Amino acid sequence: MPEGNADIIRLNGAEKHFGAVRALGGVDFHVSPGECVGLVGHNGAGKSTLMHMVAGTLVPDSGQIGVHGDTEDNYSVSRAQQLGIRCVFQELSLCPNLSVAENTRINHASLRGFGWRRKAAELIAAKLDEIFPGHSISAADIVGDLSIGRRQMVEVARAFTATQDRLDLVILDEPTSSLDAHTAGQLLAFVRRFVAGGKSCILISHVLGEVLRNADRIVVMRDGKVVVADAASAFDRDRLVTAMGGAEARQKIAAQIAAAKPAASPLRVRARPAAQKDGTDLVACAGEIIGLAGLAGHGQTDLLLAIFAAASRARTGIEVTAPVALVAGDRQSDGIFPQWSIAENIGIRSLARLRSGLLISPQREAELAAFWQKKIGIRTPDMNNNIFSLSGGNQQKALFARALGSDAQIVLMDDPMRGVDIGTKLEVYDLVREEAARGRTFLWYTTETEELDNCDHIYVFKNGRIVANLRRDELTEEKIIQSSFGDAA
Amino acid sequence: MRPEMTAASLDTAARTSAERGALARARLLRGLLPALSLALVLLAIAWLNPRAISYFGFSLMLNLAIPIALATIAQMFVIAGNELDLSIGTFVGFVGCVTATWLKDAPLIGAAILLGSIGVYALLGALIHLRNLPSIVVTLGMSFVWQGLAILVLPKPGGKAPDWLLGLMAFKPPFVPFPIIAALLIGLIVHFGLMRTSYGVILRGSGGNPAALGRAGWSLLKTKIVLFALAGLFGVLSGMALIGITTSADANIGNGYTLLAIAGVILGGGEFVGGRVSPIGAVIGALTLALAASPLLTFMHIPPDWQVAANGAILIIVLAARVLISRKER
Repeated sequence: MPEGNADIIRLNGAEKHFGAVRALGGVDFHVSPGECVGLVGHNGAGKSTLMHMVAGTLVPDSGQIGVHGDTEDNYSVSRAQQLGIRCVFQELSLCPNLSVAENTRINHASLRGFGWRRKAAELIAAKLDEIFPGHSISAADIVGDLSIGRRQMVEVARAFTATQDRLDLVILDEPTSSLDAHTAGQLLAFVRRFVAGGKSCILISHVLGEVLRNADRIVVMRDGKVVVADAASAFDRDRLVTAMGGAEARQKIAAQIAAAKPAASPLRVRARPAAQKDGTDLVACAGEIIGLAGLAGHGQTDLLLAIFAAASRARTGIEVTAPVALVAGDRQSDGIFPQWSIAENIGIRSLARLRSGLLISPQREAELAAFWQKKIGIRTPDMNNNIFSLSGGNQQKALFARALGSDAQIVLMDDPMRGVDIGTKLEVYDLVREEAARGRTFLWYTTETEELDNCDHIYVFKNGRIVANLRRDELTEEKIIQSSFGDAA
Repeated sequence: MRPEMTAASLDTAARTSAERGALARARLLRGLLPALSLALVLLAIAWLNPRAISYFGFSLMLNLAIPIALATIAQMFVIAGNELDLSIGTFVGFVGCVTATWLKDAPLIGAAILLGSIGVYALLGALIHLRNLPSIVVTLGMSFVWQGLAILVLPKPGGKAPDWLLGLMAFKPPFVPFPIIAALLIGLIVHFGLMRTSYGVILRGSGGNPAALGRAGWSLLKTKIVLFALAGLFGVLSGMALIGITTSADANIGNGYTLLAIAGVILGGGEFVGGRVSPIGAVIGALTLALAASPLLTFMHIPPDWQVAANGAILIIVLAARVLISRKER
């Protein structure tokens, strides 16, 4: 190699903003030849954004990228390919309508001309044999027919195939998430062989044990920054968890909550996730705020939706004793009626009460809207304006007003404070606690650990199951991370 | 099976091969469905009117199958990229009018117009990709543009096909009727181009998972332009073939082709999204539609007033069978 011992890739001061959200705030990151770098961090810590930059799919707003010692000014996916950098993305990037061999062809511009099908088939079959001996995947299989685990195997094997371009660095983003223990072991063993051969890997995984055992160096990210980077041998599980969670003291609002708690209140919700094997139930009583924690997409939203459905039609395993309202997380697609006014958006959950005769009474609708405008502080000159005249935070307030203004005694919140400014958040937290004190029940799924401080009881989810059940006074961020990153699947 | 396999892995291998067998059977069944429906229509015709199953009968019945097959292929390219072309019918009509006038009187200008119209198709593809417009809206608009241009070129029915085109379409090969040979050729050529070549994979992949294709460094703009240009090319061929058969043109001559082409693609095993298309299936679908459209219904003594409705009923039955089979697959 003419570059000698130059880093395969080096990012200096990489920054990236998505609108008002800062995804990366000045990150320095590098990978040397012959090392496996483990990258860990909580949801939204910026790992994926950083990896998209390494792979060339995202361009940093500011900062420099250097590959093999040379500064790259027009770094892109195809440039990354030429320079020997590949990425296995978390979301599968195979074409389901094509065969395994044809999908291999997509990543290799040089597989063309006479006999390309045979060459592609041999290439991918050899790599599958090398990484996953006994895999039972044929190069002629249509990807759409393969199980999700086999698709991940194909995707991983494809990233390691090489034709004319060099291959120096493979990024594996959660490569084992769909693999069983046996194939995951085969893959990690292969990664070690690959690294021993002088090539490099970046391994992103939520299974901390995997990272600790297989990485040479571990980089911990939090809030868009690298907080610690050290040799893997310098870490143990506890140090990793502490680094990810952050040890800074947070102001607690616990006293307020404990004071307002009524003694034995009636049961409102008892629900068991569909995947729950043991007898653990989620239990919520009147006046309680229940937190649903854990990594994103581990069954929290599914359970909320199941509870919502159970309110109108009985379902086994879920008991709901009062009307339910849902505050959607993705307000643009699941919450807002974009053509409607603010008042109409608030009133839709309470139409029965707003009726006079067969028609909706505009007067009652306006009353309801005015009441909530004052109470929740929706900043607008006129509640009859279109909902999009509001800022994002105020739109979210309108959705809270919709739920709280209804007859619902149970309010399900599907991570509703995503992308909302801190001022609005604090106002809504106060309102939630106030309403809970009046006997309403809140089930609150959140990806932001600070929000759990508002809860009386926290259930931690992993793989669609409740894995921990914490009382308010037992809650620490470390505990949540410990449970959601637990190795036991 | 390798001898060193353990009992456990033998077990998994057996299970997966059974799985794979079931999937392969379902896929084979689905792949055969277009051929089965064609066979069914042919059997019905043979039973109703045995004399139709002859060299002359097929030449007559499949007379219009070539332009329909070409228009179906054009639509298939567009569908392969997850788009829909609502203008192919009036485009075929426009090409027909140009063929019967300019191409005969001033071949160079005529050829230039036709090549230019393929270029317009390519530009439409670029526009749809760059501005992220719904293809249905763009092509619906274009259908009126083509229709208007066709009326400008040929205000009232008439014109005449160029002699070489008439000669080509009147070609009578020994033993096998020309439409069948032409359909086979069209199907095989497009099958090779789209299903076997290395760039055909990229074109189909752009319908299957565009994001993945982009990440692998391919230009989605280029794939869309190529798909639309191919649609334009086959639309031009369809219009010319149509005029070669009918000998003269009319601005409304191709209007029915839009829906026929979509139905042909779906009948032939294609799907509206996901890049799942089959050129040979599409050609068979077009043949089935051409046969079911009027010969079969005429033999069934269904009055012309009811033929359109009966045609729709046949479509619903075949498509329902397809849905049932693909549901079994899951």
